[in-house]
Amino acid sequence: MEAFEAIKRPMKRRDHDGKVSGRTRYTDDIQSPDFLCGKILRSAIAHGRIVEISAPELPDGYLIVDHRDVKGDNEVHIVLDDTPVFAEDTVEFVGDPILMVVGPDEREVDRILKEIRVRYEELPAELDPLTATTHFFEYKIEKGDIEKAFREADRVLEETFTTGHQEHVHLETNAMIGEWADGKVTVRGSLQCPYYVFRAVRKALGCRDSDLNVIQEPTGGAFGGKEDYPSILGCQVAVAAVKAKRPVKAVFSRQEDIAYTPKRHPSVCRYALAIKDNRVTAMDIDVTYDAGAYTTLSAVVLQRGSIGADGVYNIPNLRVQSRAAKTNSVPNGAFRGFGGPQTFFAVEMMMEHAAKALGEEPLDFKLRHAAKQGDETSTQGLYHFHVPTPEIAARLEELSHYREKREAYAHQPKGRYRRGIGFSLVFHGCAFTGNGERDLIKSVARIRGNADGTVDVFTANTEMGQGLETTFPKLVAARLGIPVERVRLAQPDTDLVPDSGPTVASRSMMIVGLILRRAADKLKMQWKPGETVTVEEHYQHPDYMIPFSLDDFKGDAYPDYSWSGNVVEVEVDALTGEARTLGCWGVYDIGVPIDEAVCHGQMQGGMLQGLGYASMEQIGYNERGVIRNDHLSDYIIPTSADAPPLVSDFVLNPAEFGPMGAKGAGELPHVGVAPAYVLAMEQAVGRPLYKAPCTTEDALNALEGGEA
Amino acid sequence: MGVQFKLNGRMVESASSPASRLLDVVRNEFGLTGAKCGCKEGECGACSVLLDGLLVNSCMVAIGTLPGHEVTTIEGFRETARFQAIDEAFAKANAVQCGFCTPGMVLAAESLLNQNPHPTEAEIRDGISGNLCRCTGYNAIIEGIKRAAKEGEGLW
Repeated sequence: MEAFEAIKRPMKRRDHDGKVSGRTRYTDDIQSPDFLCGKILRSAIAHGRIVEISAPELPDGYLIVDHRDVKGDNEVHIVLDDTPVFAEDTVEFVGDPILMVVGPDEREVDRILKEIRVRYEELPAELDPLTATTHFFEYKIEKGDIEKAFREADRVLEETFTTGHQEHVHLETNAMIGEWADGKVTVRGSLQCPYYVFRAVRKALGCRDSDLNVIQEPTGGAFGGKEDYPSILGCQVAVAAVKAKRPVKAVFSRQEDIAYTPKRHPSVCRYALAIKDNRVTAMDIDVTYDAGAYTTLSAVVLQRGSIGADGVYNIPNLRVQSRAAKTNSVPNGAFRGFGGPQTFFAVEMMMEHAAKALGEEPLDFKLRHAAKQGDETSTQGLYHFHVPTPEIAARLEELSHYREKREAYAHQPKGRYRRGIGFSLVFHGCAFTGNGERDLIKSVARIRGNADGTVDVFTANTEMGQGLETTFPKLVAARLGIPVERVRLAQPDTDLVPDSGPTVASRSMMIVGLILRRAADKLKMQWKPGETVTVEEHYQHPDYMIPFSLDDFKGDAYPDYSWSGNVVEVEVDALTGEARTLGCWGVYDIGVPIDEAVCHGQMQGGMLQGLGYASMEQIGYNERGVIRNDHLSDYIIPTSADAPPLVSDFVLNPAEFGPMGAKGAGELPHVGVAPAYVLAMEQAVGRPLYKAPCTTEDALNALEGGEA
Repeated sequence: MGVQFKLNGRMVESASSPASRLLDVVRNEFGLTGAKCGCKEGECGACSVLLDGLLVNSCMVAIGTLPGHEVTTIEGFRETARFQAIDEAFAKANAVQCGFCTPGMVLAAESLLNQNPHPTEAEIRDGISGNLCRCTGYNAIIEGIKRAAKEGEGLW
């Protein structure tokens, strides 16, 4: 393990100086008297036909941009291309973009927006995913003999779990600028995936590759919230810039960002467990995710959620039937964990409840069922590498004293303040699902050794707070054996960088880092002092993988897995239902952390987002599909006063596939917090719980004996 | 005649209406973009500035209230020895991730340490609770403020 000490050792972040001093310019900080302000007019109803739009007379210099200005296809390329750039005949959710008003003065743009009248013919709106009749995607995973297992079971347990929306609240809202100069369009802004935006805008403009470039500006947080959405806004500002022949800047208000951009999919998961001889022999799982009005990323989110539905356990007989249901609500998309937190919440709750039903200590029960190296995955792939669940559980016990507290709180008096502690075990499949990396993404990365001894690294991967601007150069410098100061990371600009794929799926370090490692090793052999040498490397699919088929969900869904466990301890005020989080612990196997400080930052940040998801973050609709809480005063996230000290630690489990032992990291910390929190609440309130978040109202309801 | 006030140590006159938000005025009129807009309703703290040394959300301040007062933004504060102490401490604690909350967080740290040079962890948590961070989980920021208090001993 000695060999990994150098790469783990923290260095000062590359982006620190600019950010701490306020010098870093985010998209809205780029100012020019040439810029026009673009604002979107959105559907006021959840479902209907547009009958007529009447606009006031426009002053000089102001214009309206709509679907008729889209010279290419009026479809935003995401996965399936059903999202319009601007609505044509119908609107599918409150907030569906209809047109953009563009002009020099923001207040004048606002006035024009207010005076535009849209007459609709309203159509019935579907807001409930369980009664929705349109299923965008349906999947089925099957292994073993589920009928036989249930027939032979001593006992069958059935429960249903729900989870809600979660909004990213990246502190910087979505913001993009479209520019037009001599026939060339440049789209710049706050985004995760330059080439996603590139391909979407190219389709909407119907232009050649050489007529377009996309540039990522410093990005103030994303968490998945800037994975697909910038493709939509990017098309809109590009179309507007082409029409105006001037740069158009669109910066969302917080209200727009909460109400009209993607969120985590709400879910309903029904579990039936077959138990024989005190062992879970089968799981029959039914999963519904609320996709919202367009497909966007729901297919891939649902795939990940379905594959993880049996959790970290070795369940020989399994059936997962899942669907993404269309509702007339804001399209849901990527959010750290990407479909994982929903089913992992359900399976962790279910396993705990099963243990209790059998009279066994839940942690022992879970560990007894946990998969090991060589066991089969839900899709009949293999856990090819060491599964460190026992070490994770042991380390968590040392840090949190879970067992002792669990026992003590089981016998606490029913006073006003009651405590509880919960434990969860989860994984996150690293990188794209199935053959995505090989067949869809096909990453390319480039390194150039310069005559002056410096090195430039060219990738399309983006710094959005997770530390990539630091860790990529650190990795390359380590392989070349040169000081990190001599390695620069190029700004992602599609004119300059190859397509190394999107910055999503906890893939950057593991997948692109591995390509960079290979490129650096090759450069080291070829590069002589005073020469300039460029090395370009492509993704290589690991040969140990069992080919994955999306048709029947068979094979290795991921090249590797990151593993973690969480413990959360709470104290509930039985009079008010208010809960205080006393402690939150997480132990993570991300292979080898490439810079421990960066990785602790990722783990702790993910933990707190998970605590928000578990305890307080929720979105409410009225019966017309209007989100009621679309401000930071009513969509609340944890503050420093709500957060407990977060304890993160790593078990070292160097990955075979991945540079210098690194595996996927960024999403893992979000996945396991909600079940640990709600299980802690369950112990504190003394009643079974079935939903996340468990809010003050939910806790009070449970304490008063109601349905929680 | 516009609204006059002291901004980062010198008198300025704004051409904006007295009802304008200080946030918009510092960003758009004076080009001081270190104060960020995260919500425009006083919830997130990304637009924090110092008003006579105390932390305020600049989106909640009308500039008509400013004559006779002094505003310090991150652009002014970054020239001080106190900034240097916070900067170094934040770097060592890895307190910066996406950076959008950071200038506000630095000013929140300054305001807190100005009032309480040796804060406890609970006092730090309370002191920065008006500044949201979605990236770090706050541990690293709190560690950074503790470090600044210790290593910048005597500055506050």
